[in-house]
Amino acid sequence: MKKVIATLLAAVLAVTCLTACGNGGSKSSAIKIGGQGPLTGNAAIYGLACQRAAQIAVDEINEKAGKTVFELKYEDDQHDVSVAANAYNALTDWGMQIYLGCVTSGPCLVTAPMAANDNIFFLTPSGSTADIVKAGSNVYQMCFADPNQGSASAEYIKKKELGSKIAVIYQSDIDYSMGIYDTFISKAAELGLDVVSESSFVTDAVDFSVQIAAAKDAGADVLYLPIYYQEASLILAQCKNVDYAPVVFGVDGMDGILTLEGFDTSLAEDVMLLTPFSADASDEKTQNFVKKYNELYNETPNQFAADTYDCVYAIYQAVQEGKLDASMSASEMCDKLVEQFNTMTFDGITGTGMSWSEDGYVTKDPKGMIIKDGVYVGLD
Amino acid sequence: MKFLSNLINGISLGSVYAIIALGYTMVYGIARMLNFAHGDVIMVGAYICFFAIYSFNLNPVIGILMAVVVCTVLGVVIEKLAYKPLRQATSLAVLITAIGVSYFLQNMAQLLWSANPKVFPTIINGSIKLFGGELSISRTTIVIVLVCALIVVGLSIFVNHTKMGKAMRACSEDKEAAQLMGINVNKTISMTFAIGSALAAIAGVLMCCAYPNLQPTTGSMPGIKAFTAAVFGGIGSIPGAFIGGILLGVLEILGSAYISTELKDAIVFLALIIVLLVKPTGILGKKIHEKV
Repeated sequence: MKKVIATLLAAVLAVTCLTACGNGGSKSSAIKIGGQGPLTGNAAIYGLACQRAAQIAVDEINEKAGKTVFELKYEDDQHDVSVAANAYNALTDWGMQIYLGCVTSGPCLVTAPMAANDNIFFLTPSGSTADIVKAGSNVYQMCFADPNQGSASAEYIKKKELGSKIAVIYQSDIDYSMGIYDTFISKAAELGLDVVSESSFVTDAVDFSVQIAAAKDAGADVLYLPIYYQEASLILAQCKNVDYAPVVFGVDGMDGILTLEGFDTSLAEDVMLLTPFSADASDEKTQNFVKKYNELYNETPNQFAADTYDCVYAIYQAVQEGKLDASMSASEMCDKLVEQFNTMTFDGITGTGMSWSEDGYVTKDPKGMIIKDGVYVGLD
Repeated sequence: MKFLSNLINGISLGSVYAIIALGYTMVYGIARMLNFAHGDVIMVGAYICFFAIYSFNLNPVIGILMAVVVCTVLGVVIEKLAYKPLRQATSLAVLITAIGVSYFLQNMAQLLWSANPKVFPTIINGSIKLFGGELSISRTTIVIVLVCALIVVGLSIFVNHTKMGKAMRACSEDKEAAQLMGINVNKTISMTFAIGSALAAIAGVLMCCAYPNLQPTTGSMPGIKAFTAAVFGGIGSIPGAFIGGILLGVLEILGSAYISTELKDAIVFLALIIVLLVKPTGILGKKIHEKV
């Protein structure tokens, strides 16, 4: 018996070794892009969207059969900081040359310093906390940094005169919501907006009766929700229960509410949000991407998917303009990519004429959208 | 008025906890085990009802019945496959198995139904206005509280006045003696799991009516809260689970309304600690005589 097991084990070892060697040999001309995000667990919806979009973009680029060929490996970090570090290590062991970063902010804060230390180029599609890019000069964001969204929202509400009394409901245990909330409040004070009620909740909350009652009692006519769509859907339903109908204003986390299965879209009628991506946009690039995503996964891509798609193409552009090839080390590539990102402008599906500052922040214009009859309509 | 409105919201939330807590308490009372997979059975029930209504356009009542049937079968199967072989094992082994089953169900749900959250369809519409419109109570709240009260009364009658109930009480007191008296202990435990899981299905549907958010982890937090409620009221006691559930719900809502929305869970668990310090077996728990 022991002999049989030993032989089997030896055989398995031999096969793994051979396949490993085989991989290395045949694909040596491809640039290895690594990415990670929550593919299982609570936040899997974001990670899966990013993984799928990255794969679509990589496949498209490889189909062009040009000089640049990408190979993508995506690891699951379960939106957990300790798993995130392991996922990053798995990617570097694999030989990752360019890093798509993490999908969510918490894990980004863990792996960005690691990537800065290893000098591997880091471009996160959706890690939006401002602190992420402070990890190093090679760390970039494709999405808005949160503070940017908060102040943009306040300016928008002021400019469009959406209401005189504002209530805010935010999630106090995620960096995303806190970042937007903080800058919104300070910008609102600067602009002289009257914030009459501020209340918070923490992860897993399902009952918002207290927060809604606070906003209603304060007589707020604008309800600002710097949170994700899942909680927003609950808040909208519970507002209706108590006949409270303020102007609801959301941020990019609100994007996705219309594709929520079973959601009564009439609840979101007239909800406004600032987001850089709209799946209904008529330009060719967006429509091509939305169509492909729909065919493959039978759902409409959200903003996370769009940001990731842009990430891969931005890297592609930088790789071509910087004349990178697969034989370079990750560190050499990183220096070249940083040079490119600091100077280039990029047209993607989440904005045109995007550019990056040396700090790693992206500049692109958020678009105001309003939901009418279950679809986004541009506000401007 | 604001206080009254908060109180009603608290009772509504508490009723959901109470129905879930009944499942915990029954299984603990009879099988002496903490079935941590209970919260996830709730989630399965809610999903079944969701698909019946949303995808197959069935009547909500049929959806609820389907959920009850599926959960009952699921509960019995879990008991047969995962817990029965461990009947003689240490309680720690059973506890860990229960946690394993919980994760298994969550991940199965994610595999089958994806991680994307779903919004539960509205079954009960509208609200009732009192005091000239100052206080509005949604019909969902009223239904939840009524169903909870009905279940508690029904279950008490079942346990105290039927033959099966008598068998359950006997098993809960002394399994070996019950067996010697001709009670089929395995059948009784299966029955307990069946009832507990059927309750879980109802709790799942009611919870999603009040808070229409459905994903593979939907059951885990309410499951833990309901377990707390069961301990609060005295685990093993049916009225205890009811009182514990309601108290927990009210504490949670009042705590978030008047103290802090962020500390609400801390307030709830602090109350639990205090209750357990004063009365270690919970509010209605039986006194345990330690044999020396």
